[in-house]
Amino acid sequence: MSAVTVFGLCAAAAVGLGLYGLITHPQPLRKIVAFNVLGNGVFLLFGVVGQRGAAAGVGNDPVPQALVITGIVVAFSATALAIALLLRWFNIAATTADDRATEHLRSDPSGG
Amino acid sequence: MPSSAPALATTASGLLLVLSIIVPVGGVLLAFVLDDRHVRQIAFAVIPLGLAIAGAVVVTSAQTSPLVYLLGAWPPPLGVALRADGLSAVMLAMTAVVICAVAVFAAPVFRPRAADARRTSFAFWILLLAIWAALNIIFVGGDLFTLYVALELLTFAAVPMASLEGRAETVQAALRYLLFALLGSVLYLLGTALLYGLYGTLDIMLLSHRVRAEPGVYVAAALMTTGLLAKTALFPLHLWLPPAHAGAPAAASAILSGLVVKGSFFILLRLWFNVLPGLSGFAAAQLLAALGAGAIVVGSVVALRQERLKLLVAYSTLAQIGYLFLMFPLAANASGRLESGSALAAGVLQAISHATAKAAMFLAVGSIYAGLGHDRITGLSGVARALPISVLAFAIGGFALMGVQPGGAALAKELWLQEAASTGQWWWVVVLQVGAMFTTAYVVLVLAHALAPSDQRISLVRTSPPGRDLAALALATCSLLLGLVPWEACLPIPPDVTAKSFGIDALAELLLSVLGGAALAILFSPWAHPPNSSDAWKQLTRPIEPLRRTCVELCSLVERGDGVLRQWSTAGICLLLLVLTLAALTYSAN
Repeated sequence: MSAVTVFGLCAAAAVGLGLYGLITHPQPLRKIVAFNVLGNGVFLLFGVVGQRGAAAGVGNDPVPQALVITGIVVAFSATALAIALLLRWFNIAATTADDRATEHLRSDPSGG
Repeated sequence: MPSSAPALATTASGLLLVLSIIVPVGGVLLAFVLDDRHVRQIAFAVIPLGLAIAGAVVVTSAQTSPLVYLLGAWPPPLGVALRADGLSAVMLAMTAVVICAVAVFAAPVFRPRAADARRTSFAFWILLLAIWAALNIIFVGGDLFTLYVALELLTFAAVPMASLEGRAETVQAALRYLLFALLGSVLYLLGTALLYGLYGTLDIMLLSHRVRAEPGVYVAAALMTTGLLAKTALFPLHLWLPPAHAGAPAAASAILSGLVVKGSFFILLRLWFNVLPGLSGFAAAQLLAALGAGAIVVGSVVALRQERLKLLVAYSTLAQIGYLFLMFPLAANASGRLESGSALAAGVLQAISHATAKAAMFLAVGSIYAGLGHDRITGLSGVARALPISVLAFAIGGFALMGVQPGGAALAKELWLQEAASTGQWWWVVVLQVGAMFTTAYVVLVLAHALAPSDQRISLVRTSPPGRDLAALALATCSLLLGLVPWEACLPIPPDVTAKSFGIDALAELLLSVLGGAALAILFSPWAHPPNSSDAWKQLTRPIEPLRRTCVELCSLVERGDGVLRQWSTAGICLLLLVLTLAALTYSAN
């Protein structure tokens, strides 16, 4: 089994684990971690694609590397935004003396 | 259109595309540098400029289509191209108009000098410009990765917009929106990785020449489509939309509902019509439209059962998104490939008329809420006298959505009906007509309550400056006049259609949908109807009372089903099933 195949399988496994976590874990923080696992699987896949040199038989295609770097920046900002929202939610829930902070994400009580 | 030889050079006035992105981004950066008291002035300096740029793009792209700009003069596949064809031009113009109207509406609300809401107003104007920039990148972006980055920018700007008020439930709704949108965008990115692996480029025009029917492409198409559906909130992936859209302030809801969902929808159009035209999409298109039909029924039924006007409008967005997806099967030609013909043009037209009408309706609801201090539908009686312009804006926006001539929705429906007749897909004709009836139902329901006379005089909690309501009214009128615009310059619309939509047939069709809609509103809405007090009405409705009770029971079942679908686990499973089904359908069709 070549290194490319091994990395490809790893990417698939990370994507699968991330998807599973994102869908099944009720806690938002775990969902955020699962999103990062899923994202890393996709980035690894880009690495595999670059290694295969799909573009004109180049040994190691640089374009996917550029894409991965951009993707990492985007995923990082997404994580930061999600954690900021989560912290905000914890703070509000704590100040309203409501124990919902420990509860998982539920549908909006206003019917939405 | 991309069927011509690939244009791999910057065209004259291609710089306009760069400007359309740089100007709003520049506004955002400038607002951060200058004191936050100036943020509103900056926004009002940027908006006319952006409007002018969008107008210039429309005019120039009518002459030379497409406009192309190669960033750094590097041609694809190594470089990144910006392209604007007729579709991009009209979407750019629509976005500029809606942003303009919303800004006029929001100006008195989000004042930077208001001490209590300084941060909120700063955030609003920054996010408004950021959403504009992200949408413009989506409309002119020429490769799939640029579109991914723009999609993420759009989400990052839209999520804080949904939680501007900072209450616990809006923050919760925003978090839910963000997490589900991230799931969607990762699936999209996974699809682009696969496409790059297969063809070594992500440039839309190069891909359209290279894509062949092979298994990797089916998987990539299924992943990307599903990811975009999650971001567009097509039923059953709509768990985030109602709380996020209904919890935001009116101006923010107008942007979220009118513009933001159109971003991912536009990428979906690019994907199927520009990247994958070589693939038979017939089976997948039937599935997409079937989901759209589901969205129409569930969204409208649940809308009719809402107690609050804002949630009704949010659910109506859900139904209207479903309506947009009816274009996919109608665009398929004899060999099952999706063609950029009049069905696509009608889809874009419907998207534009929904954006303008829905934004106007959300603004009008915002005025009503501010005026009355509540937005309970059953407590609306007499509001037409107290807030005539807001109710008029709501009514005109609603009429435009219902398909009253000469609205954009009427023209779009006419085009779709023609396509359905010529391709022999009669079942979508039924869905189109029923969809129009459902739209009429919730518009009529709200208007019946708003126009009902009130016993006591309504005392307004707050009076708003008239300029605000006029912005909503102008936007609604704009939506109702869209059918008169000469679209042939930008979109592939046959010229004789406009004349046809004014005949006696069109009037009969409208009458049918109004009567059907009124019947649906009477049968499906659980609330007491405004003429309920009169004896004649009671006499009249007594025979249908058992039928009505059954219908209301049925609707409460639908609402409960909607509640189940709006849980993370069910939505997640639906998402995975959708990926598998789409891949299987594309495989079987090719």
